[in-house]
Amino acid sequence: MTWLQLKGVTRRFGKAEVLSGIDLSLRADEMLVVLGPTGAGKTTLLRIVAGLDAPDAGQVEMDGEEVTHWPPADRDIALVFQHFALYPDWSVRRNLEFPLKAPRQQLARGEIDQRVGWAAELLKIERLLDRPAARLSGGEMQRVAIGQAIVRRPRLFLFDEPLTNLDAKLRESLRLELALLRQELGIPAIYVTHDQAEALSMGDSIAVLAEGQILQQGSPEVIYRQPVSPVVARQLGQPAINILSVQRRGDAWIGPNEAERMPALNGAGEMLLGVRPEDIAPAGGHVPGVVRVVEDAGAAWILWVDWAGASIHIIASKERRFAPGETVYPRIDAERALLWPR
Amino acid sequence: MSFLECRDLVKTFADGTHAVQGIDLRCGEGEFAVLLGPSGCGKTTTLRMVAGLEKPTDGQIVLAGADITERSPAERDVGFAFQFYALYPHLKVEDNIGFPLESMGLNRRERRQRVADIVERLGLGALVGRYPRQLAGGDQQRVALARAMVRRPQIYLMDEPLGTLDAGLRLEMREMIRAQQLDAGIATLYVTHDQEEAMSLADQVVVMDEGRIRQSGAAALVYDQPADLFVAHFIGSPSMNFITGEIREDCFVAPGLVWSLAKPMRPGPATLGVRPEFVRLDAKGRLRAEVVRDEYQGACRYIHLQAECGRLVMRVTDREQEAVGASLGLDFVRVLLFDSASGKRL
Repeated sequence: MTWLQLKGVTRRFGKAEVLSGIDLSLRADEMLVVLGPTGAGKTTLLRIVAGLDAPDAGQVEMDGEEVTHWPPADRDIALVFQHFALYPDWSVRRNLEFPLKAPRQQLARGEIDQRVGWAAELLKIERLLDRPAARLSGGEMQRVAIGQAIVRRPRLFLFDEPLTNLDAKLRESLRLELALLRQELGIPAIYVTHDQAEALSMGDSIAVLAEGQILQQGSPEVIYRQPVSPVVARQLGQPAINILSVQRRGDAWIGPNEAERMPALNGAGEMLLGVRPEDIAPAGGHVPGVVRVVEDAGAAWILWVDWAGASIHIIASKERRFAPGETVYPRIDAERALLWPR
Repeated sequence: MSFLECRDLVKTFADGTHAVQGIDLRCGEGEFAVLLGPSGCGKTTTLRMVAGLEKPTDGQIVLAGADITERSPAERDVGFAFQFYALYPHLKVEDNIGFPLESMGLNRRERRQRVADIVERLGLGALVGRYPRQLAGGDQQRVALARAMVRRPQIYLMDEPLGTLDAGLRLEMREMIRAQQLDAGIATLYVTHDQEEAMSLADQVVVMDEGRIRQSGAAALVYDQPADLFVAHFIGSPSMNFITGEIREDCFVAPGLVWSLAKPMRPGPATLGVRPEFVRLDAKGRLRAEVVRDEYQGACRYIHLQAECGRLVMRVTDREQEAVGASLGLDFVRVLLFDSASGKRL
């Protein structure tokens, strides 16, 4: 069931339209990831949901009620930012208690202790409770900031790139923890990021935002496998999807100097063919390509191959080795290739 | 033959911080070496010493056969790119990029050609006539990179030059840097905390921790044969699985797991390490585990599992979905063993 709904939300700053007619929906049990580059309008969108900003047009509905012009405090939403604001001289415990001591909370001492203990246990920061915030590492601080959001048990979480400033290694472990934690709490969330790996890994649903518009919303599998346009396709996947110009002739698709029989694909005239690097085998095709670079991605190789007048990426199994300069015969998995009009 | 050599390099700051504690580093001609490690490991301090921005407390730096330890930054033929770029606000993009060429005695035509080459390489064509203030942060950073790479110095020094870029742009720029560096054949020392960036760029990965080098070598070496638990954990995403237990002569034993060894080893506390791609589904396998989360990553899936011996991650193709709560039989294809006390690989 839809729990949060945005209908035609539009926001202008001066002449610039930062959000243009945004329609979004979120179910009560899911995490929605809004994926987009810097400047796409992600933060403005979150601020409107939080009530920190109001749209010029459109509506925000929460749990069946229209809340477009409600003040932030009445919405019962918790926000976690990229730049976390802890009181440096306060202990972790005091930082965690702070949101529970707001006048409208009216919680008994025992309840406050219980909630802080619960959050600390979930986030594995019990041993840090008496330490001043200033003496925490970046990862520990971010955990405390998340703790401040969960102790309140809000109706909705909003995360604004909360892991961006952390080391890559830490980011990877926290993204799993955060997704599991949210699932356990059963509170819906909107998570904003520019990181496609984070979006795929954490989102029950992903909305791709660019220049103030939602280009597509769907499950990670749908967004990754059935992107509606090359722009959406390029937002996900690492290395990025290969996009080649092709022409239909008879029952074959003709690339720059390549004939690929791909009857599974429908279309006519000049089209763009999209194929993910994992969907091209380095052998089995009939047009030669030359390996330019062999990158070691740990579990697999990433090959840069000059092929059919284009530069493509192939993810290849480590079962065999490759060397720069080597000739390979790439073969596209036609079942998994995509076609878009030019 | 090494082109850049750091010999027993030490840096102790005035406040007593032992940032770098005796580093020996070699980078060959045209080689791309990446200093990799967590915040505070000493990687940036090492780079700054090579640049001449920090004076070593002890040790020697040799570049192209000359001892440059005492030389000022200007007397070292190095090209910098830092995370926090500084462009000249009153110069257009093309003049910013061409600035380092001014003092090189090139004629106007040669200068323009060099600028045009790097502009094309880094895809900056649309920006050349603009001023820095008219650029987005990511574009400013690309211009700063172009300025660092327009010259052909003896060595490029780069300190997280892609640090503040969006993930998508970072990938794109990473390839451009690598392509340009390969073409120019200029030795590069590059600092990052991102192991994936390091693996993809480096001829040589230098893994640092607490002011020391833990291990250095090709990406395949540090990935397949990590020297210790630190390197094994730091390299690879998701991280290697670790199971703590003990060696009892001809087998490794942990709760719910007995792994027989090819040859008897000295008994004692040990840690078994297995990469996510070497955990396989096997109904008759050695251990059982329950699915905690199915993490989709497009090209593959990571299945997070809870076993009696601890948490595990398994890498499978994107076609193999697993239901949360399901109980699976598993086995390992290839494992590494570490001494739990010293952390060294056995």
